[in-house]
Amino acid sequence: MSAVESTDVLVIGSGFGGAIAAYHLAAGGAKVVVLERGPWVTADEFDHDFLLGSSYTRVFDFVVGDGMSILGGNCVGGGSVVYFATMPRAPGFVFERHGSIGRRMWPAAISRETLDPWYERVEQALPVTQQRWENVPYAGGLWAAACNHAGRTANPAPSAVDVDLCTNCNWMMAGCKFDAKRSLLLNYLPGALAHGAEIRPLHEVQHLTRTGDGYRVHYRIVDDEDYRVLHDTGAIDAKIVIMAAGTGATPVILRRSEPHLGAMPPAVGRYFSGNGERLNTAVFDEDRVRDVLGLERPDGQAYAGYQIGRGPVVANWDHLDGSLPEHERFSLEQLFFPPGLGTILAQVPDGTDPLWFGRDKKEMLRRWQSWLTIFIMSEDDNEGVFGEPPETGNAVRLSQQMLGTGPLRYEPTENTWRGWNLADAEIKDILERDGLARVAPWTNDLVGAYTVHPLSSCRIGDDPATSALDDRHELRGHPGIFVTDGSAVPGALTVNPALTISALAERAMPGIVRAARERGVAVRYAGSLPEGEAASRRPVHI
Amino acid sequence: MPPNRHDTDSTTILTVEAFADTILPGEKRDPSDRAVAGAAPGPGAVAAGAIDLLELPGGGLAGTLPGLADALNGHAAELGAAADPDVPPFVALDFEQRTRLVQRLTAPDHPEKAMWVALALFCNMAFDSAAHLNTAAALEAGHPGLLTIGYRQPEPDGVWRFPSYSYGRRLADVHPATTSGGSPA
Ligand SMILES: Cc1cc2nc3c(=O)[nH]c(=O)nc-3n(C[C@H](O)[C@H](O)[C@H](O)COP(=O)(O)OP(=O)(O)OC[C@H]3O[C@@H](n4cnc5c(N)ncnc54)[C@H](O)[C@@H]3O)c2cc1C
Repeated sequence: MSAVESTDVLVIGSGFGGAIAAYHLAAGGAKVVVLERGPWVTADEFDHDFLLGSSYTRVFDFVVGDGMSILGGNCVGGGSVVYFATMPRAPGFVFERHGSIGRRMWPAAISRETLDPWYERVEQALPVTQQRWENVPYAGGLWAAACNHAGRTANPAPSAVDVDLCTNCNWMMAGCKFDAKRSLLLNYLPGALAHGAEIRPLHEVQHLTRTGDGYRVHYRIVDDEDYRVLHDTGAIDAKIVIMAAGTGATPVILRRSEPHLGAMPPAVGRYFSGNGERLNTAVFDEDRVRDVLGLERPDGQAYAGYQIGRGPVVANWDHLDGSLPEHERFSLEQLFFPPGLGTILAQVPDGTDPLWFGRDKKEMLRRWQSWLTIFIMSEDDNEGVFGEPPETGNAVRLSQQMLGTGPLRYEPTENTWRGWNLADAEIKDILERDGLARVAPWTNDLVGAYTVHPLSSCRIGDDPATSALDDRHELRGHPGIFVTDGSAVPGALTVNPALTISALAERAMPGIVRAARERGVAVRYAGSLPEGEAASRRPVHI
Repeated sequence: MPPNRHDTDSTTILTVEAFADTILPGEKRDPSDRAVAGAAPGPGAVAAGAIDLLELPGGGLAGTLPGLADALNGHAAELGAAADPDVPPFVALDFEQRTRLVQRLTAPDHPEKAMWVALALFCNMAFDSAAHLNTAAALEAGHPGLLTIGYRQPEPDGVWRFPSYSYGRRLADVHPATTSGGSPA
């Protein structure tokens, strides 16, 4: 094998945690290489197509575990390419949570107040904007009207979608064709490239070993079309390693590295949270929508607009109340989930078994355009634990893309169920009022619970027994390894997490720059932000 | 290599079709149809192309279909249904029996649950997202599943846009503890 390459900083994964680190370290003068297991797909390749092998399956990842399945991104830009771009800050009480450990879970240095300036930076960089009622798609309007009818409030949530460019096609999980969704392909990643960072797609990191003054990162090349096939191996030496492979992968890579690096802190691969996520699907009675809520579209229909829009736009925050006991606080967000993955788990309201397949399910599908999905984000109990790492990556891949099985186990506790049950009941109370709709939660029987918001598998904290990272995101006992992705977040946030993940990554940067300098890297913290540009349309040269 | 139905033997096809028809049932293709039980009006997962999708090499199940069919027929035979020399044991069951067996095989405590859930997932996908076809072309050709769910037609360039999308007015009061940027306090 040829001589091993070397770099100052090696970033694993190009989602929020990876892109933000790559930008700041490159902007400050460090030599940065980003290894990303997925392909580099640009806006002109994002298809409106469910066909196996189209962008929808190339950029997406679905790992089925025991009791919990994780959906995420698998491409340059990570989750930002497939996400729905709803970007609220987490409510203040979240940072005071105790969870299952009997003490504050978050480091003493972090509260909503101290995080606010970092939130603001990310909001500026993406950017995130406040949404106006005039632009809320039908499904969000329906949820708002139903909440209002039941005496509740409803908020258009802040979003990283440029509404002027958006066509409300609801294909955002396949990547945004119109560059309306402000993914990382439009800000931090082009910013990092402009400062000389290198991004290498289809490089899947397998494990780390030690070198004299840093770490050696070992990867395999992933086949462009069939991700089950791995090609050459390679390695890169780095003085600083940033782990940002996402909550489902970062602890797996670290655990696989344990024989080489020595023992990992006990919290690596423990305390996983699904962000208390759970879905309900309602089927609306179109006549009642018109008669009870007074809603009518310009074409005369009442609703029938499930397919139209841009993911979640309107949220109910009445239960984001810090005076309520922990595990009883949650938000309820209207959501679109495409067919296929978004229908199989939906159960027939008030039906008789079987509820997820069969005759009644088919009848329910006939009314698909009258569906509304409500997304619960509550406080779970950090009860997820990762078992032995699979041979490569973080899953055993079943399909050429998208589908595999992983080592996560999750058995919801009574606390978690308390939040879910309360939230289910609240949704029912709002939506079944005056015969508006019939509603049922998705089944957990098939793939367990499921989350698009995995968190906490390698979390920050002040207590070494229950946190893998210190409050500067450095892996305990392994100086020079930092974790800046969702796995660092201590627990469920009761709202969408990407803004908080990003704010924490921004906050960690000055400290990581300092650590790099201490290792002889000529880098400074410039404190700049990337200039937004429509870079995802530019041809890519690797 | 393109999927080729003749690669899969007829017992496997009949059995997997009967499974797909249990997930999303449809009307019989002709009076002699045994795999499709005819338990619901309109086309079901079989007519939507479940076998075509399952036979795509990229899906991951193509090579396992004969084994899955064998296993399914084994479970059906255990039920002691009256043997029918004309069709595989699972196909010999009536719709209610097939349904109960699939319920049992996909229940959380069944040791083979994962493989039956995966099979069901693909049958469902064939119906409501036609993952074996280009979506715009599938709609153009009248794909029965996409039509059943009422999936809308794209614009002439094969791309979806909804110029009319909003009721255009405020429909609720916002939460009193909302910050100036629109986040929870
Ligand atoms: C459908 C969907 C909708 C969502 N909508 C929202 C939303 O509206 N608002 C919100 O706040 N959040 C949303 N999320 C969640 C959000 O996308 C994630 O919270 C966020 O992307 C997590 O950032 P991260 O940096 O932790 O990891 P990711 O963004 O997941 O990035 C990790 C990257 O690492 C790569 N990787 C993994 N393993 C390896 C390896 N071994 N070697 C190299 N690279 C590797 C992955 O391919 C990926 O690109 C959504 C998620 C999904 C799936």
